[in-house]
Amino acid sequence: MSDNVIDARGLLKLYGEARVVDAIDLSIRRGEIFGLLGPNGAGKTTTILMMLGLTEISGGSVNVLGFNPVRQPLEVKRRVGYLPDAVGFYDNLTARENLTYTARLLDIPRRETDARIMDALQSVDLAEVADKRVATYSRGMRQRLGIAEIVMKKAEVAILDEPTSGLDPHATFELLEMIRRLKRAGVAVLLSSHLLDRVQSVCDRVALFNKGQIALMGTVVELANQVLGAGHPLLIEASGKDIAGTLGGIAGVRQVVPAGEGAWRVTADHDVRAEVAHRIVAAGGSLTKLSDLQPSLEEVYTRYFQEARHAA
Amino acid sequence: MPRNHAGREGSPFTGIGPVYMKELADHLSSIRMLVLTLFIIVFGAFPVASSLQQLRTTIGSDAYLFLRIFTIEPEQVPIPFIQALNFVIPLMAIGLGFDLVNSEFNRRTLSRVLSQPLYRDALLLGKFLAGLTTLAVALMALWLIVFGAGLLLLGLPPRGVEVARALGFLMVAIAYGGVWLAIAMFFSVVFRSTATSALCALGLWLFFFILWPLIAQAITMAFVPPEITSLDQFVGLQQLALALQRLSPGTLFSEAVLALLNPETRTLGPMLPSQMRGAIMGAPLPLDQSLLLIWPQVTGLIAGMIVVFSASYVIFQREEVRA
Ligand SMILES: Nc1ncnc2c1ncn2[C@@H]1O[C@H](COP(=O)(O)OP(=O)(O)OP(=O)(O)O)[C@@H](O)[C@H]1O
Ligand SMILES: [Mg+2]
Repeated sequence: MSDNVIDARGLLKLYGEARVVDAIDLSIRRGEIFGLLGPNGAGKTTTILMMLGLTEISGGSVNVLGFNPVRQPLEVKRRVGYLPDAVGFYDNLTARENLTYTARLLDIPRRETDARIMDALQSVDLAEVADKRVATYSRGMRQRLGIAEIVMKKAEVAILDEPTSGLDPHATFELLEMIRRLKRAGVAVLLSSHLLDRVQSVCDRVALFNKGQIALMGTVVELANQVLGAGHPLLIEASGKDIAGTLGGIAGVRQVVPAGEGAWRVTADHDVRAEVAHRIVAAGGSLTKLSDLQPSLEEVYTRYFQEARHAA
Repeated sequence: MPRNHAGREGSPFTGIGPVYMKELADHLSSIRMLVLTLFIIVFGAFPVASSLQQLRTTIGSDAYLFLRIFTIEPEQVPIPFIQALNFVIPLMAIGLGFDLVNSEFNRRTLSRVLSQPLYRDALLLGKFLAGLTTLAVALMALWLIVFGAGLLLLGLPPRGVEVARALGFLMVAIAYGGVWLAIAMFFSVVFRSTATSALCALGLWLFFFILWPLIAQAITMAFVPPEITSLDQFVGLQQLALALQRLSPGTLFSEAVLALLNPETRTLGPMLPSQMRGAIMGAPLPLDQSLLLIWPQVTGLIAGMIVVFSASYVIFQREEVRA
């Protein structure tokens, strides 16, 4: 219990009849990066807003760092940094002025303010443009300024709503690096995103949202095992006679699926790479590629929602 | 935000200081402030300058000469200063307030700011007070200009009681501005679009200035009996008309200002024979009597401001923060 920074039990949000967040249980552990995934309208933002006490809770309870966001929102908000979906700053002010306002709201001692703001801006590579008006900032810079705000706040928990949406690959990479740095500083991070392969690379655990419910929760590997089935997927490119037949004859191979011209996907119970190489060469074929496929979150996600749609 | 405020911990005023300071700085450095200043010069200083021209000829014959600067109807300019203010103060307040809250939505700053340790109460009140201060600063500047001009051009200092009455006038003007600021802010809470909220506030302003007097008259006419048989009946009708008129903040403002700046004003409304008794026509009332006279008007303005502010507060508490 004390290891969890956020604990939601039966958290419920109703908009009229609609159960937008349907009695979810969710725990975020100290120092981990947790990903909230799900299609548009799944209820991710609503869940986040309830954790911050920014929207009313219809039922259940949530506990953030030992505080109740309904009754003690100020305590929660003092310790939790929030980067909203499409964050906005005061365009007519500079980055430094924007952060100074936040610092005043946080009641940071005045003599510390300047140093903390500069440190925060430095950590997100915005120190050079600290005195430029935010109106001149690109999307990625604003997003980074939002991270700087969290760094300045010295938050124990960072909640980031779609932090990478609308960023180019390079900016996304940089932002994820900053998120990793937050984690290294001991901050627990809760983030929601659509960019699955990116999320996969930073998240310790993820929860898959669907229609207000958590469909799956765990590490990426756990989820893959649950949805795609346990096993070692391989991608093989080779030329020769009856490769598929050769592959199918290997002990432990469960499935061989063609994956394009001269390529096959193999699912096996255990690591059969050595055996595959041996058999193909022995059969007079030539092996051009043999790779171990990491279970991808994208695949888990797509497969899960395909199945969910079929089931419906 | 919890509906049950009793269960909340922490002061609702946490963070109000920074909000107030930021908003004030924003107002004072904005282009809008420049426009407001221009407004003041055109609508205020101009009529006053011409009334001063006229007053210089009557020096010595009037005990309340200084107050006449505010009230005299100048020959060249068709609107006296007070009437200009009655008209312009709401416009200034609307200009300051129509986008106080919805601009935060539109800039997507609201959820970020509210995720800092402060309640919505502090945000709303801080914004309102900063707007009111800005308005007060503008009106005070105008007041000082008029006063200074009077000192220079009339060449004689005002008496203490004149200063007191003029200060009272300034206070009433600020309260009047506060009502319209609250109204403008109310629309900025209700409507997400700044254009809509500005339009609604301006619409209400036009309504009170153009339509309401006509409507009040029409309603009163509907109550007129075929034959007026007694004085009481006549007075009753007069009072109805007045009561309707007083629903408009502008009426309250002009009545209060009239009593303050024209010490001869003995009553606001139809004068009854009982009030005439013992009253020498033209004898000025002492200040405390004048204050007593305008007390209902002043409380009316302040109450109106509080009611409208509370309405925006209630709506704002229930609003979703996401843009
Ligand atoms: N004020 C509201 N009134 C009624 N329904 C609402 C309101 N706000 C959100 N919803 C509904 O709640 C559901 C969940 O919305 P939410 O924003 O939490 O989804 P999300 O998972 O964050 O989606 P996205 O990925 O698009 O950001 C949506 O179906 C939305 O239509
Ligand atoms: Mg969302």
